[in-house]
Amino acid sequence: MADRTSLTRRALLGGIGSLGALGLAGCAAAARPQVAAPPAPASGAMPGMDHGGTTTNLGNMLQGDVDPAANGFDPMAMLTDFDYGTVSTLPSGQTLREYTVYAADKVIEIAPGISFPAWTYNGRVPGPTIRCTEGDRVRVTFTNGSTHPHSIHFHGFHAAEMDGVTPVAPGEQTVYEFDAAPFGLHVYHCHVPPFMRHIHKGLYGTFIIDPKTPRPPARELIMVMNAFDTNFDGANEIYAVNSVGFHFTKHPIPLKVGELVRIYLSNFTEFDPINSFHLHANLFNVYRTGTGLEPSEFTDVITMGQAERHILEFTYDRPGQFMFHAHQSEFNGLGWMGIFEVTEDGVASAPFETAARLGICQLT
Amino acid sequence: MARVTTPAGDQPKAPTMGAGAVLLALIPLLLLGGLIAMLVVTGAGLGNRTAPPIEELTVDRISLPAVDQMVVEVTNGGADPVTVAQVLVDDNYWDFAISPGPEIPRLGRATIAIPYPWVQDEPHHVVLISSNGVTFEGEVAVATRSPQPTAATFGQYALLGIYVGFIPVGLGLLWYPFLRRLGRGGMQAVLSLTVGLLIFLLFDTMAEALELIATTPGVFGGAPLVFLVALLAFGALLAVGGAGKGRDASKLGVAYRIAFGIGLHNLGEGLAIGAAFALGEAALGTFLVIGFTLHNITEGIGIAAPIARERPAWWHFVLLAALAGLPAVLGVWIGGFIYNALLAAVFLALGAGAIAQVVYEVGRLIVRQSREEGAPLLSPATFGGLAAGILIMYATALLVAA
Repeated sequence: MADRTSLTRRALLGGIGSLGALGLAGCAAAARPQVAAPPAPASGAMPGMDHGGTTTNLGNMLQGDVDPAANGFDPMAMLTDFDYGTVSTLPSGQTLREYTVYAADKVIEIAPGISFPAWTYNGRVPGPTIRCTEGDRVRVTFTNGSTHPHSIHFHGFHAAEMDGVTPVAPGEQTVYEFDAAPFGLHVYHCHVPPFMRHIHKGLYGTFIIDPKTPRPPARELIMVMNAFDTNFDGANEIYAVNSVGFHFTKHPIPLKVGELVRIYLSNFTEFDPINSFHLHANLFNVYRTGTGLEPSEFTDVITMGQAERHILEFTYDRPGQFMFHAHQSEFNGLGWMGIFEVTEDGVASAPFETAARLGICQLT
Repeated sequence: MARVTTPAGDQPKAPTMGAGAVLLALIPLLLLGGLIAMLVVTGAGLGNRTAPPIEELTVDRISLPAVDQMVVEVTNGGADPVTVAQVLVDDNYWDFAISPGPEIPRLGRATIAIPYPWVQDEPHHVVLISSNGVTFEGEVAVATRSPQPTAATFGQYALLGIYVGFIPVGLGLLWYPFLRRLGRGGMQAVLSLTVGLLIFLLFDTMAEALELIATTPGVFGGAPLVFLVALLAFGALLAVGGAGKGRDASKLGVAYRIAFGIGLHNLGEGLAIGAAFALGEAALGTFLVIGFTLHNITEGIGIAAPIARERPAWWHFVLLAALAGLPAVLGVWIGGFIYNALLAAVFLALGAGAIAQVVYEVGRLIVRQSREEGAPLLSPATFGGLAAGILIMYATALLVAA
């Protein structure tokens, strides 16, 4: 793989050089010794093969990296961070799951070096992934620690009083309680006007109701497609999955050859009517809204409006790096791009920096 | 004849300063220092600033020194430091290197190198995002490789400057023998024509300066800076012109001052031409040169008119043409290689002041001759000349496409 990477890079530089950018090629060549070759996977592919790969990004990249510890949440950890609540059994025998959610104003880093004054559930965007099984009693205690009124509106079946359309004033608390139904992939979000601002500032999350008979075991990943309007002009500057632009390009998601992958994918992009998900070198089964157990479609692009969500299932039967991204090219360039790194052992190579790999031309 | 006097020349001598007087002058300054120290320490009693910083970054210039290279120069004209967190080109986040560093202090400048595969002849849009998510935009109107300061381009640019500056002014000066044959009425008309030309140039130069200053960070002064620089240049030249006491303002001197003012104007034209070439906006290169040549040929008449009754040595004409025309070469070089809108605006404002001064001087010449003849100041000859001068410049300016 080290060979493959440098081969591609050299080919790229050759291409630039032949166009006459001697200065750039020179600089890039000078930067080459800094490049740390990623460790080779157990079984490499043929050198020179196109892996839908990482080295074709040219310079289209955010510089630097977001420190998850400082930010309070890690897009990678969010992929598999399910909140099953505090479980107990009611006298009736029904399972009770109790969750605690608070709203808080928080400045988060949505791209390296760019801060955004977010409104968050539990200090993160997207909010916690609330997961339960169909028929469970769900009890969510919501405290509003923000400076503005907020609420939680769950998708799914529940009583009108539990619909989360009544604003909860700052400092106030409320409890949402209902029986989880129907099974599927749902979402929740704040439902206080002006909706646009409450959504785009970050008050949304994933709500999974598992069927009583569980789905087959799989490597499950939660992905929320979202975007941020950093200058508040009604158009997004950053697009991402789980909030940080290009995070999964810099830190490829490790997958294992042959394992079933299940993505809980939802869309909370504001301002743009749609967002989409495209998988490289593979196709996936679509379970629309996750409300059925039979796939409705076998495809490699799925396009979704806001709050639409689907379960996607696929398997890679060969190793390599495979991109996934929106198929709106504009969103790709603005951060909505990631990589699955499929290996025999499911361990991803070291994260990388395009800047270091390509070399930035320092003008002297 | 009303003589212009300098304030310095007529000032009574000030009494010698004692230590006490110096102390008196220092008292307000000491108090001011104390006040500022108090404001800094106590925050003026306004409490801590809670509002986010207002960031203001101006893209001064975007150049394309090579294929796959884009260089953006920015100035922070705001009250707070600005940190450039990311850079977008055409709505794509792109790698970049910023020097001296991403945090640009107040009034600081930075250069951002972006290895972006720009496309020949197409527009490109650059957006800088600050750490607070504020965006600043810059545009490449038509992408083409920026000229590099090589011997060849230096030569080409010099040639361009000579075409639009030196040659037309020199050609215009060749009207000198014709001007000598004019009668008094004809001379008055030609001098009025000169004033007309200069008035057009004055407005044109000011408009250009104001247009440029509008693209610079407001902190440097904006439009008032242009007016004040022009006013100071006007005053300074008047002061210098009147300083040669006892010596009557020679007509050759007037011609030199006209040449100097026109030279500064042509420097500004050169800046515009060089910048247009550098930014790839001068698609109509040849047409542009023809336009400026026609436009500037009349400037030679303006310089020759005051000396029509004198017999200066031939080399004076070469010097006059050089003084008025060669600054265009310098302008093209500056505009093409190190363009800076603020500097260009200041140069143009200086030019405007210089032109205003010669308008005043030639105007006085016309007034004096009218008085000597007992003719009205605004005769058909003088007003006709004035109007013709303005109209000629307006008409030839239509030929200048850039």
